Amino acid sequence: MTDRLLELLERKPIVMGDGAMGTMLQRAGLTDGSAPELWNVTHPEVVRAIYQGYVDAGSDFITTNSFGGNRFRLKLHHLQDRVFELNRAAAALAREVAGPDRLVAGSVGPTGELLEPLGPLTQAEAAEAFAEQAAGLAAGGVDFILIETMSSLEEVQAALAGARTTGLPVAVTMTFDTNYRTMMGVTPAQAVQTLHRWGVTVIGANCGNGPKEIERVMWEMAQAKPEGVVLMAQSNAGLPRWQQGEISYDGTPPVMAEYAQRMRALGVRVIGACCGSTPAHLAAMRAALDGPPLAEYHPAFEVPETAAKGATAERRARRAAQRSGREEGE
Amino acid sequence: MSDEFDALPAELQELYLNMQDDLYDGLKDEVVEGTVRALEEFGQTPAQILQYGLVAGMDIVGADFRDGILFVPEVLMAAKAMKAAMEVLRPLLTDYKGVEKQGTVVIGTVKGDIHDIGKNLVAMMLEGAGFEVINLGINVDADAFIQAIREHDADILGMSALLTTTMPYMRTVINRLIEEGLRDQVIVLVGGAPLTEAFAEDIGADRYCRDAAVAVEAAKALMQIKKEARRVKSMA
Ligand code: B12
Ligand SMILES: [Zn+2]
Repeated sequence: MTDRLLELLERKPIVMGDGAMGTMLQRAGLTDGSAPELWNVTHPEVVRAIYQGYVDAGSDFITTNSFGGNRFRLKLHHLQDRVFELNRAAAALAREVAGPDRLVAGSVGPTGELLEPLGPLTQAEAAEAFAEQAAGLAAGGVDFILIETMSSLEEVQAALAGARTTGLPVAVTMTFDTNYRTMMGVTPAQAVQTLHRWGVTVIGANCGNGPKEIERVMWEMAQAKPEGVVLMAQSNAGLPRWQQGEISYDGTPPVMAEYAQRMRALGVRVIGACCGSTPAHLAAMRAALDGPPLAEYHPAFEVPETAAKGATAERRARRAAQRSGREEGE
Repeated sequence: MSDEFDALPAELQELYLNMQDDLYDGLKDEVVEGTVRALEEFGQTPAQILQYGLVAGMDIVGADFRDGILFVPEVLMAAKAMKAAMEVLRPLLTDYKGVEKQGTVVIGTVKGDIHDIGKNLVAMMLEGAGFEVINLGINVDADAFIQAIREHDADILGMSALLTTTMPYMRTVINRLIEEGLRDQVIVLVGGAPLTEAFAEDIGADRYCRDAAVAVEAAKALMQIKKEARRVKSMA
């Protein structure tokens, strides 16, 4: 099978992804908390229109509406028996809209469960669930699998195993939303190095706390990345705010256009967006990326010193002193 | 720490500090052992053990988590250790004379959401404060909340949501309470990281609680008002 993702990267110096699906669906009326993936069969025209919006905005690939399409997430909606069907439908709709020239990325998100030893899920069970989802996406005609918004490396490992059963290329992005780490404590450097070791070429960050934070994350990845890795970033359009009974994001299209430029300056080659973005944001990013790059790049964040672990060190020292004191006393 | 803590015998203080450290390190067996020692050797009450050992320890875990020093795996291990110690204390809490039964709480994480660390912490603290707590777990829909409120004749409903996509479901539950004529029976407390006071007010909850300590205070204060109202009503 030809690797259409690498082929595209050979053709184009910068590849633009797309934007939000979830927040777009919410705007289109998915507000009762039901599964977004169900809309691939109940409201195909809505999903198609969102895909079309990103195609019109100039995205080089569009991402399927299948983020929560694994059996664990679907089980929350009693849809666990429809994994294959819903993923295939997500992919088939996207394929139809993307046509032969644009690529389709099959979105694979976390199970939302904790893997052993923190939780009950085993690697093998997780890998099997991801394989089931990936099979549906492959049947619907995706060009590559995009494992995204991950926070645990163990879960990425399972997702990779599952996705690779299709023979399709795989890209991986993780979410660094907790003090520049994932919520499981993974650093950008750890992510890029580990994933490279596991044979992934396109590696990056998505979602998170908006363009400013992701800039530092991608800077850290760029410092640490092994040769041959292609960096990818898909930032949220700012942060969600609860306003007048609605959730809105504070990142405007000009903010996202500047973010796209900054990503390019850092050497990131696959650039897209995540929650809160719309075709208008992507169109602004397209215009920026079609124009000249930044003349100079200055980080918009404070370049970090080595992380302070003060509180922990102090506590451990106290504990050690107590322990030795007690042993002497005994 | 507090003056009360400073007034404890030195040996007991050390035991509590070690319990806090063990909790921080997620050492379940050690935390349970410390709990048993505090009970048996020092005659401490469950409320004291919670206050000086377990909750104080979780406060440190919480603070370091907030500051990005600890991450989810460590917090989960600490929560597991705390849970194991709570199992030792639970049978004592229910018939412990020093804690008068405050009221009955039905608590759960709303539909579509599986975050339960914070909610379980609130549940444990409420138990520690003398409430009877019915913990419905995660992914709880309006029907399940309503059924449990009826079945247990609950005084308080606690709802947790950690996702911006699931927090609006709280409104759905509150609207159902109104439809079912239960809204006046229960005090509604809501919590979870993305919530705000304005949101709680907007959906018609009684109180937004930033953390477990605030949750206990609010539960006690609002129960007091409720009991008072009940008393006035029965006199009329
Ligand atoms: C731990 C965690 C997880 C764990 C949950 C494990 C578990 N068993 O709970 C795992 C890894 C499984 C997980 C999964 C996901 N998570 Co998560 N998670 C977190 C994290 C890092 C910490 C939450 C936590 O436990 N905090 C510690 C506790 C003690 O604090 P707390 O929950 O706020 O609770 C306190 C108060 O809020 C209050 N309180 C809480 N509940 C209640 C209830 C009542 C009644 C009262 C009175 C008070 C009260 O008192 C508590 C104690 O003081 C947060 C980030 C963060 N910093 O909050 C993200 C976070 C909540 N997750 C997030 C996301 C996106 C997810 C996923 C969707 C990831 C994904 N892409 O699939 C899935 C969700 C699956 C699902 N359907 O729910 C986002 C939510 C973003 C958003 N705006 O919606 C967050 C904010 C991370 C981020 N910055 O992006 N997550
Ligand atoms: Zn996102």
